[in-house]
Amino acid sequence: MTVVALAEVASVMPADDHHARLAGVTRVFGRPGSPNCVHALGPIDLDLRRGEFFSVVGPSGCGKSTLLDVLAGLAKPTEGTAEFEGRPIDGVPAGVGVVFQEDASFPWLTVADNVAFGLRRAGVDAAEVTRRVDYAVGFMGLKAFAGAYPAQLSGGMRQRVCIARTLVMQPRLILLDEPFGALDQQTRLLMGDELLRLWRETSATVLLITHALDEAAMLSDRVGVMSARPGVFIDVLETGWDVDRDSRIVSHPRFGDLTGHLWEKLRAESLKHMREN
Amino acid sequence: MTREGWIRLLVIAAAVGALEIACRTGWIPMTVVLPPSAMATSLWDILVSGTHWNDILVSLRSVVAAAVIAVVLGFLVGAVIHAAPVVRGAVEPLLASYYAVPTFMFYPVFIILFGVGPGAIIAIAVLLAIVSMISATLVGLDRIPTVLGKTARIMRLGPVERALEISLPAAMPYLFTGIKLSVAYAFIGVIASEFILSGAGMGYAIAYAYNNFNNREMYGLMLLIVLVVTVVNTALDTVDRRLQARLRR
Ligand SMILES: Nc1ncnc2c1ncn2[C@@H]1O[C@H](COP(=O)(O)OP(=O)(O)OP(=O)(O)O)[C@@H](O)[C@H]1O
Ligand SMILES: [Mg+2]
Repeated sequence: MTVVALAEVASVMPADDHHARLAGVTRVFGRPGSPNCVHALGPIDLDLRRGEFFSVVGPSGCGKSTLLDVLAGLAKPTEGTAEFEGRPIDGVPAGVGVVFQEDASFPWLTVADNVAFGLRRAGVDAAEVTRRVDYAVGFMGLKAFAGAYPAQLSGGMRQRVCIARTLVMQPRLILLDEPFGALDQQTRLLMGDELLRLWRETSATVLLITHALDEAAMLSDRVGVMSARPGVFIDVLETGWDVDRDSRIVSHPRFGDLTGHLWEKLRAESLKHMREN
Repeated sequence: MTREGWIRLLVIAAAVGALEIACRTGWIPMTVVLPPSAMATSLWDILVSGTHWNDILVSLRSVVAAAVIAVVLGFLVGAVIHAAPVVRGAVEPLLASYYAVPTFMFYPVFIILFGVGPGAIIAIAVLLAIVSMISATLVGLDRIPTVLGKTARIMRLGPVERALEISLPAAMPYLFTGIKLSVAYAFIGVIASEFILSGAGMGYAIAYAYNNFNNREMYGLMLLIVLVVTVVNTALDTVDRRLQARLRR
């Protein structure tokens, strides 16, 4: 069964605690000192524990996507070091999956072919591809649209195609950049549940960037709160939830406390961002 | 068929009908323009008698050759220019004003290079078509969303795989616009060149009929070219529309 197939991945990993690590990472766009030079991020220190669910919240433009690019090996830190599974990140490491903030579905492929793209490339045999794609497409609520092209889907559905395309590859580190941004609140909560379920099944490490404080409070083991640009972590909050949590914890008193605490931390930073622009 | 389609058909039918009436009533003398029905019967006779099959074949062969060369070469040149921003900055203004140059004036050069015959004709048609393909390639490669490039890197595609499996299909709707234009220009280039540098082909046949006061045959051949171009263009348009619909994000 798929559950077994997904769970296998965890067992091959060495039992060492930190999975990805950033130390003193900064990212500066443009030549330092030049007038159009932007200090986008950092310095950032981050230890992602193996198998944890870590969320990042922060005001718009504070460098969240830039942080993700560094972790994914898409961008080199200007200063500092980035590591994944004990090795310095130099180019995109194997075992990392990313869902980008922008729509990255392939418009020339159907939903099913989009999701199957990576598997086919990896030489997975056809029957297995079909099985995994069916599972992921169903999981993301796209069963009726398996044969449709992205142009026929809403923005939220296309984002789910990208999530499915990432998840079928069974990455050990999953980086998600506001994947539920285009979804309504109900769907967002349900997708959150699905993500939690998948996270439990695979024991992957998840880094989720989100604008929604309630989403961060509900889904995460830890939430990192970033300052306005250049983003640094001004707080990292332990939520203390059980591993088998789901969206029903929104009625738990601690959920309100957590969300309130996050907002308190972010309010000042968001105001700063508003004033600067 | 769509409503626009029906209306378009109606407009064409009305224009053809009006011309027919104008000719039949003698308002336009038959020595100047033939009524469309006479053009059609002439075309029918041409096709049945087979006198011009060779001309048709010669022209189509040149058009296909010119279009293929223009598309392949134009794509390669476009891709190279795209990869070298410095060259691009220098060359792009030239491309933009390229169609201000009446390419046909170069025909003596091509006669010297290729002699009278298909070589020179194809060369002129390629010259006419290729820049539209180069421009379309530049636009297409520009329009590939950055995030697809990032996705290719996350999937750890090599440069060749990335080009073939991501960049090419992502740019295809724009490339196809270039293909469509190249085919249209290839037709124009070939038929027009045949008037001046050929002893065969549909363009030559029209010029020959004209010089021999053979109005009937001349109009039949003209109708044939219009029909062929319409069929080819409709087919390309259908593919184009499908690609464009998919592009919508
Ligand atoms: N390629 C680039 N060149 C120059 N500046 C850039 C570049 N990419 C990002 N920036 C700048 O870096 C800062 C951080 O951008 P980033 O996209 O990481 O923010 P973000 O936190 O993801 O924002 P949002 O919440 O709106 O997605 C912004 O001020 C942005 O303008
Ligand atoms: Mg972002």
